[in-house]
Amino acid sequence: MLIRKPTDFKSSEITPERVFLDRRMLLRSAGFLGASALLSEAMAAAEDIPAQYKRLAGIRKSPLSTKDAHNTFDEITGYNNYYEFGTGKTDPAAESGRFKPKPWKVKVDGEAEITGTFDYDSIVKPHTLEERIYRFRCVEAWSMIIPWVGIPLGEVLKQYKPTSKAHYVAFETVVRPEEMPGQKYPVLDWPYVEGLTMAEAMHPLTLLVVGVYGVELPNQNGAPLRLIVPWKYGFKGIKSIVRISFTEKRPPTTWNLAGPDEYGFYANVNPKVDHPRWSQATERRVSSGFGSLFAARQETLPFNGYAEQVASLYQGLDLVKNF
Amino acid sequence: MVSPRQIRLYWRPLAHVACALPLVYLILQLAEVGGLRLGANPQLVIRDFLGEWGLRLLLATLAMTPLRWLTGKPWPVQFRRLLGLWSFTYLALHFVTYFFLDRSFDLPVILEDITKRPYITIGFAAFVLMIPLAVTSTAGWRRRLGARWLRLHKLVYLIAILGCWHFYWLVKKDVREPLIYCGVLAVLLGFRVWKSRQRAAAATVEATS
Repeated sequence: MLIRKPTDFKSSEITPERVFLDRRMLLRSAGFLGASALLSEAMAAAEDIPAQYKRLAGIRKSPLSTKDAHNTFDEITGYNNYYEFGTGKTDPAAESGRFKPKPWKVKVDGEAEITGTFDYDSIVKPHTLEERIYRFRCVEAWSMIIPWVGIPLGEVLKQYKPTSKAHYVAFETVVRPEEMPGQKYPVLDWPYVEGLTMAEAMHPLTLLVVGVYGVELPNQNGAPLRLIVPWKYGFKGIKSIVRISFTEKRPPTTWNLAGPDEYGFYANVNPKVDHPRWSQATERRVSSGFGSLFAARQETLPFNGYAEQVASLYQGLDLVKNF
Repeated sequence: MVSPRQIRLYWRPLAHVACALPLVYLILQLAEVGGLRLGANPQLVIRDFLGEWGLRLLLATLAMTPLRWLTGKPWPVQFRRLLGLWSFTYLALHFVTYFFLDRSFDLPVILEDITKRPYITIGFAAFVLMIPLAVTSTAGWRRRLGARWLRLHKLVYLIAILGCWHFYWLVKKDVREPLIYCGVLAVLLGFRVWKSRQRAAAATVEATS
């Protein structure tokens, strides 16, 4: 056998790095496919998802998922709002590369028996991950169908034994201007803060999200931990959560502070209550490609289609005043 | 020195090509040529892209007269109508996109938008006001209207103010970009105020001497 010296190789024989990496990805995704026989159909679609996103194991399907066809991974991860990375819809995907979602710690404080700082694994690991395919309605009148992966928030909150004084739960996003270029400008008052009533937080539909499409949450979608409250406008779904506080009084919320007459504390999806500057009666279902150009908008549903499950939470409440 | 003939033969065609470039880019994105994409929400991307270029070209139109004062050369004014008509083209397409692609020709909804949403009201008003200016932009109309033509075309100031205001008003929170447009407009209009004061002062000096 002829063993050639390194100099005997023509440069054209060396595998370009890109091809090498592609092969790696192919091998990895092949391995993934082998293991995915047990996973749901939505996970199978994960074939197209780049290998950089870690696959999540042991995901259970949920009866709370909608039957609607969901958006593509590209749409979900390429078009969204995350002002910490910029105010354009494609800024989060373009500007979130430097963000480090690992290691991650969350401070739990306020009206609970167990408080302190907990790392990601101790929050997430004790629970079974669920895939929840939810409607997502942005306050800007566009919508998507998203296969989230997460844990019912209530299950997580119960761990900390909230006291009888805990009437609300407040959340806070991380502040890292060096990793989140949008935070260099005071477009919003950083850190981003959000809050729910205890009843909303404990509702089975409310989800603490760790992934999407069967993979770990990409940075632009709020890695590593975010909130999803499917019957509320998207801005309630605070991202990259570093603090959870149980409070007696209603906590301040970022968009409400930014525009008190435009964004309320509740922010329940309501086609009858318009944003002062635009109608909320209809929404555009986000869909890329030439074919979708002529698609009409669709009717927005009360509580984003989850009225049956959540309307009782607001009995006796004037939803026009408490928008 | 650029002769009027050179402007007609070379520079104006070149300006037409330059003004058409954003439109060509949009068409390439639509056709998904060379990896270009409109992304997840194409209707809105097209609508906003056309609106922004219409406004940019409108400000460029308004920059020609101050440019003539600054350079002391007549050539900038020879591009004014061309830029104005391209601005109108983009804004007409912006409106058409809103009308057909975004609102799917749903007239009651469109009427509600125009009457109930102030930023749409002023944007629509600006577009409607532009129509007579586009129609009377020909040499024939200019001759027929005489002194009234100039008065009519002063509407462009109002149109530009409404246009920038429309942009400022529709933004959810981050007003940095619309403020740039408003700033440029303020400078361009400020120039005119300053110039007319200077002229008035010169006239007073002449009258008293």
